[in-house]
Amino acid sequence: MIGQAAAVIPSGVSPDGMTSPDQAAVSVRNLDVRFGDGENAVTALSDVSVEIKAGSFVTMIGPSGCGKSTLLRAIADLVPASEGEIVVLGHTPADARRDRNFSFVFQEATLLPWRSAIDNVRLPLEVGGGGTVDDGEPARLLEVVGLAGRENALPSELSGGMRQRVAIARALVTKPKILLMDEPFGALDEITRDKLNEELLRIWQETGTTIVFVTHSIPEAAFLGQQVLVLASHPGRVKEFMAVDLPYPRRLTDRDTLAFVEISAHLRRLLEEC
Amino acid sequence: MSVVSQDSNVRPAGLFEFAERVRYRLPVVAAVVGLLAAWQFIVWFFSIPTYMAPSPIDVVGAFRSNGWMLFSNFWPTLYEALLGFIFGNAVAILLAVWFVHSRLAERAFYPIAVFINTIPIIAVAPILVLIFGNGLAPKIIIAALICFFPTLVNMVRGLKAVSPATLDLMRILSASNGEVFWKVRLQSSLPFLFAALKIASTTCVIGAIVAEWIGSNFGLGALIIEATYNFRAPLLYATVFTAALLAVTLFSLVSFAEARLIHWKTPDAH
Repeated sequence: MIGQAAAVIPSGVSPDGMTSPDQAAVSVRNLDVRFGDGENAVTALSDVSVEIKAGSFVTMIGPSGCGKSTLLRAIADLVPASEGEIVVLGHTPADARRDRNFSFVFQEATLLPWRSAIDNVRLPLEVGGGGTVDDGEPARLLEVVGLAGRENALPSELSGGMRQRVAIARALVTKPKILLMDEPFGALDEITRDKLNEELLRIWQETGTTIVFVTHSIPEAAFLGQQVLVLASHPGRVKEFMAVDLPYPRRLTDRDTLAFVEISAHLRRLLEEC
Repeated sequence: MSVVSQDSNVRPAGLFEFAERVRYRLPVVAAVVGLLAAWQFIVWFFSIPTYMAPSPIDVVGAFRSNGWMLFSNFWPTLYEALLGFIFGNAVAILLAVWFVHSRLAERAFYPIAVFINTIPIIAVAPILVLIFGNGLAPKIIIAALICFFPTLVNMVRGLKAVSPATLDLMRILSASNGEVFWKVRLQSSLPFLFAALKIASTTCVIGAIVAEWIGSNFGLGALIIEATYNFRAPLLYATVFTAALLAVTLFSLVSFAEARLIHWKTPDAH
């Protein structure tokens, strides 16, 4: 059960946009990330190498300070690599960003409070040379994330979970090939989080997007990911890249099965060693 | 909020709302009437001479007999205060935009702005009168000067009050600096800007009046000086009330604009 990452391609992956299912969406080679210089330099990531297959769902977990967010932000061109290389769909992170190859979902929904839900979803179409007209996609995406009828609500009129749904719709509006998510449900209550976990899997299977998902929750990491990247801290490095051989679609109740409990237990042991 | 409804029971609902509003305002109306009555009573009971402290009835009399004089001196002051408000805030807003986009400009000019602000306006007024003479110009400049600083400080803060995560988002979207400004910074700054504009709406009237004290033969400020020297206390009080009315009107206009422009609430930040 635990071992080589199995290339489980979910049913319903759309072939468009992906040259081949075996192509790496993200490949990180010998990545070092240091902050500051001289004596105050802090090594956030040290010699990290990882290959994320196109269309896969990878979760990242590790103790705080392990640099899991830093790794995600380096892939997203928010943090520069000090050493090593990151290739995103055959390009540098900066080029991939300009080509709108990936979207990012933050822990906070980061909605603009003066914009209605649908206008927040339209934001990516209006800036950065997006230049795309609203062809009805924003409204459709709000429906996909279960917010039909709330298009004109302001963020202050929405609950935390709903705001995060708007943020996910906004991330999907550019039809990204990769979705980078940095503890997107970390600030939500457990019931809302579980619900959004199930819905995220549904969205993943419908869109075929590659998802890289940072979390600090073991059940979340195991429930969502085809693979779990476990990072150790001080300095941040890869502890294990482990496959979760559980079939999709996964249901929340699957978390009570023996197979799932064994995977969680293994993750917990790994994290204790970190 | 008015009730938007098509059916026939709009009227009772509207009436009810009106009654509610009256009830809400009742305490302040009663307090004002009570204070005026107490003032009238004290002046009458202690037989205070009118040149020392006029009664409310004397002041109302001054409004009636000097109505034209108040009216013709009201306009210059309104004009000075308004133009000062517009110029002072416009310069402050433009400078703030510059400061936010250029660290160098901020480091060079922000301390100077702070220094100018520390000079008492009463001390600046004679200097400007010497330079610009007795016309409208020094009054407008003083009114502008007094508006300038709070708006500059608040606008700089407002334009910078964008969460790092939102800036990260705009970077991921490859937004240009201009797009970040027009789509994010400007709106984020509005609540800060209006807090400053509300202060400016009343201080610009103070600026205009102080400037008129220094050297002027028109405006509410000049009228205050004249009424004081001639012991025309009722006229003095009437002038002061007129100036206050002007400030309150400007304040209300700014508040109205704020309510129209800022229709959102910032969701509880984590």
